[in-house]
Amino acid sequence: MPDADTHIEVRDLTLRYGSLLVQRDLNFTIRRGDVFVIMGGSGCGKSTLLKHMIGLEVPAEGEILIDGQDFFKARPREQKAMRRGWGISFQRGGLFSDLTLAENVAVPLHQYTDMPAGEMRDLIDFKLALVGLDGFGDYYPGEISGGMQKRAALARAIALDPELLFFDEPSAGLDPLSSQRLDELIVEIRDSMGGTVVIVTHELASIFSIATNAVFLDTGSKTQLDCGDPRHMLHHSDHELVRRFLSRGEYDSRDREGGS
Amino acid sequence: MAETGEGEPAGAGPDYSVEASGDTVLLELSGDWTGDDAGPGHEQLRDACLGQARSPRRWLLAAAEGFRWDSRTLARLYHLARAGEDRGIELDTTGLPEGMRTLLGVAHAVRAGEVESEPQPPPLARIGARWLRRYDAVLDFIAFIGDGMVALLRFASGRSHTRVRDLFYFIDQTGPRALGIVALISVLVGMILAYLGSVQLRQFGAEVYVANLVAVGMVREMGPLMTAVILAGRTGAAYAAQLGAMQANEEIDAVTTLGLSPMEYLVLPRLLALVLVMPLLVIFSDVVGLVGGALVASGMEVNFSQFLYQARDAVGLGDIATGLVKSVVFALLIATAGCQSGLMSGRSSAAVGTATTRAVVHAIVYLVAADAGLNILYDKMGV
Ligand SMILES: Nc1ncnc2c1ncn2[C@@H]1O[C@H](COP(=O)(O)OP(=O)(O)OP(=O)(O)O)[C@@H](O)[C@H]1O
Ligand SMILES: [Mg+2]
Repeated sequence: MPDADTHIEVRDLTLRYGSLLVQRDLNFTIRRGDVFVIMGGSGCGKSTLLKHMIGLEVPAEGEILIDGQDFFKARPREQKAMRRGWGISFQRGGLFSDLTLAENVAVPLHQYTDMPAGEMRDLIDFKLALVGLDGFGDYYPGEISGGMQKRAALARAIALDPELLFFDEPSAGLDPLSSQRLDELIVEIRDSMGGTVVIVTHELASIFSIATNAVFLDTGSKTQLDCGDPRHMLHHSDHELVRRFLSRGEYDSRDREGGS
Repeated sequence: MAETGEGEPAGAGPDYSVEASGDTVLLELSGDWTGDDAGPGHEQLRDACLGQARSPRRWLLAAAEGFRWDSRTLARLYHLARAGEDRGIELDTTGLPEGMRTLLGVAHAVRAGEVESEPQPPPLARIGARWLRRYDAVLDFIAFIGDGMVALLRFASGRSHTRVRDLFYFIDQTGPRALGIVALISVLVGMILAYLGSVQLRQFGAEVYVANLVAVGMVREMGPLMTAVILAGRTGAAYAAQLGAMQANEEIDAVTTLGLSPMEYLVLPRLLALVLVMPLLVIFSDVVGLVGGALVASGMEVNFSQFLYQARDAVGLGDIATGLVKSVVFALLIATAGCQSGLMSGRSSAAVGTATTRAVVHAIVYLVAADAGLNILYDKMGV
C-alpha cells in the first residue's frame, strides 16, 4: 500500500503509439504537495506521459495510480469523480475556439456546479484576472496571442480549484516576467489548495525556482534517466546528459568532481 | 591510387579526389560548389568512396584551398555520412571548414527515433487482415450510431451535456443555408426526369404520364438521394473538418478531461440537427423538382395545371413516407460518417484534409448502399 504522502505512483510504465515505442520502464512517485516537473528533450514523450496520466491514452504496460486508484480500472462514476479534481492545460491550450474566454472558463463550472449566474460571472472575472487577462472575457481564442491563450487555458484549468494540476509547457510563449508570475501563481495555487502540480517544462528558471521533484526522460534510451530533486540532480546526477541539460550545457564531467 | 572527378579548370567548378590508405579513405573537395553547376551528387561521392578500399573503416573528409560550399553541399555530405553509417563506417570531418562541421553535427544529433518494424505476415494473411479491418470499420460505424442513439435517449431524458444553443446553430447552418443549392439541383433533376420521360412516353402518346414519372421519381428516389449527396458534401464534410481541427487543437482532449462526453457535447447536436433538417429539405426538394418537371412539360403539350393535377394523383402518402424514411436514414449516415472521421482524425492539418475526404467518400458509399437496401425492403413490403 502506498503511504498517505503518495499522490501519484507510476509503476513499470511503457508508453506506445501503435508500434512506436515512446518510453518504457518509467517508475517514479509524486508526493502530495509536490511541484513535479517532467523534463527532457523535445519529442521524448513528455506530453505523451501527461496524456497517460490524465486518462486520455491507455498504458501499453504498467500502471499509474492516483490516490492508489488506477483510472482505467475505475468505474465511470469514479472516473468522473477523479476528473472533477483535475485541472489540465494542454500544450496547444485546448481552448474551445467557438467559445469566448469567459465561456471557456464557465464550461467546468457549468459541468460540476450549480452556481448562480452572477456569482459565476464574478468567479470567471477573478480567474481571468489571476492569469493577467482582466477584461478579455469576451474575446475568442483566435483573437488573442499564443501566450494569452496559454494563460486562458490556465484560467480554465484552475476554475474548480483542482487538487491536481497538470500543465503542459505553461510558460512557452511567455516573456520572462510573465513566466515568473505564472510560477508564483502555480505555487500559490498549490499552497492555497493543498494540491499537487505536475508540469511539463523546459524552463530552467521555473525548474529551479518551483520544482520539488522531477523526472528526466531520455530520447535515446527511451526511458527515464533520473528522478528526484532537480537542484540535487544538477550536481549529483549519475548521468552527464541530465547535468548538462540542467546547466544549459555548461557542465562537463570535470565540474562534477570539483562540485562534489 | 587516386581517382579524380571530371576534370575542370583549377579553381573553378566543383571537384573532388579520393585516395585510400589502409582502411581510411580520404575524400578531398575542391573548387566552387556553390555555382549553378551543382557538382557530383551524394551517390556519386558514395560510390567513389566505396570503390577505393575493400573494407574501409573510416572516411576522412577534407577541403582543399579555395573550396566554396553552401547548404546543397552540406546536404550531400549529410547523405554520404548516413550511407557510411549504415555500413558501419566512421566519418571524420576534421578537415572540413568549421561552419560545415557544426551544421553537420547539428543535423546528425536529431535523427528521428526508429519505428520498430513488425514482422511482415505472409501475403494471404495480409489480405485477410485487410478485410478484417474493413469489417471492423463497419462494426465501428454501427457502434458509433449506437452510441449516438444512447446519447439521444439521454438528451431526451434531459441528463445530457448537449447544449440546445449548439443544436440551433447547426440547424441554421445545415438547413436555411442549403436551400439555394438544393433548389438549383432539384429543379435541374426535375427537368432532366421530365425530358427523359417525355421522349420515351411520346412514342406511346402517353405524354401526360410524364407527371407521374417526375412526381414519383422525385418523391421516392431523387429528392432524398440528391439532397443527401449535397448535404454529404456540404454538411458532412464540414462536420469532419470542424471535429478534425478540434482534435488537432487538443479541444477534444479538453472535452474529455473536463468530464464531458464528446458524443453528447459535440456529435449529438450535429447529428440531431441533420436528422431534423433533412426531411424538410427533402420535401422542399420534391416540390422544386416538380416545378422543374412542370416547366419542361408545359413546353411539350402538357400544360402546367394539368401536370400538377396528374402529379397529385400519382403520389400517395406511402410514397411520401418512403421518401421521408430514406431522408432520416441518410441524415444519420451522413452525420455519422462526418463526425466519426472527424473524431478519428490525426493531429495535423493534412490529417484534417484526409478526414474530410473520408467523410464524404464514406457517406456517399453508405448512402447508395442504404438506398438500394431500402428500395428492396420497400419492394418486399409492397409500399
Ligand atoms: N497521436 C500520436 N500518434 C502517434 N505518435 C505520436 C502521437 N503523439 C506523439 N507521437 C510521437 O510520440 C513521441 C513523443 O511525442 P510527445 O508529444 O510526447 O513529445 P514531447 O516530449 O511532449 O515533445 P515537446 O517537448 O516537443 O512537446 C514523438 O516521437 C511523436 O512523434
Ligand atoms: Mg509536448
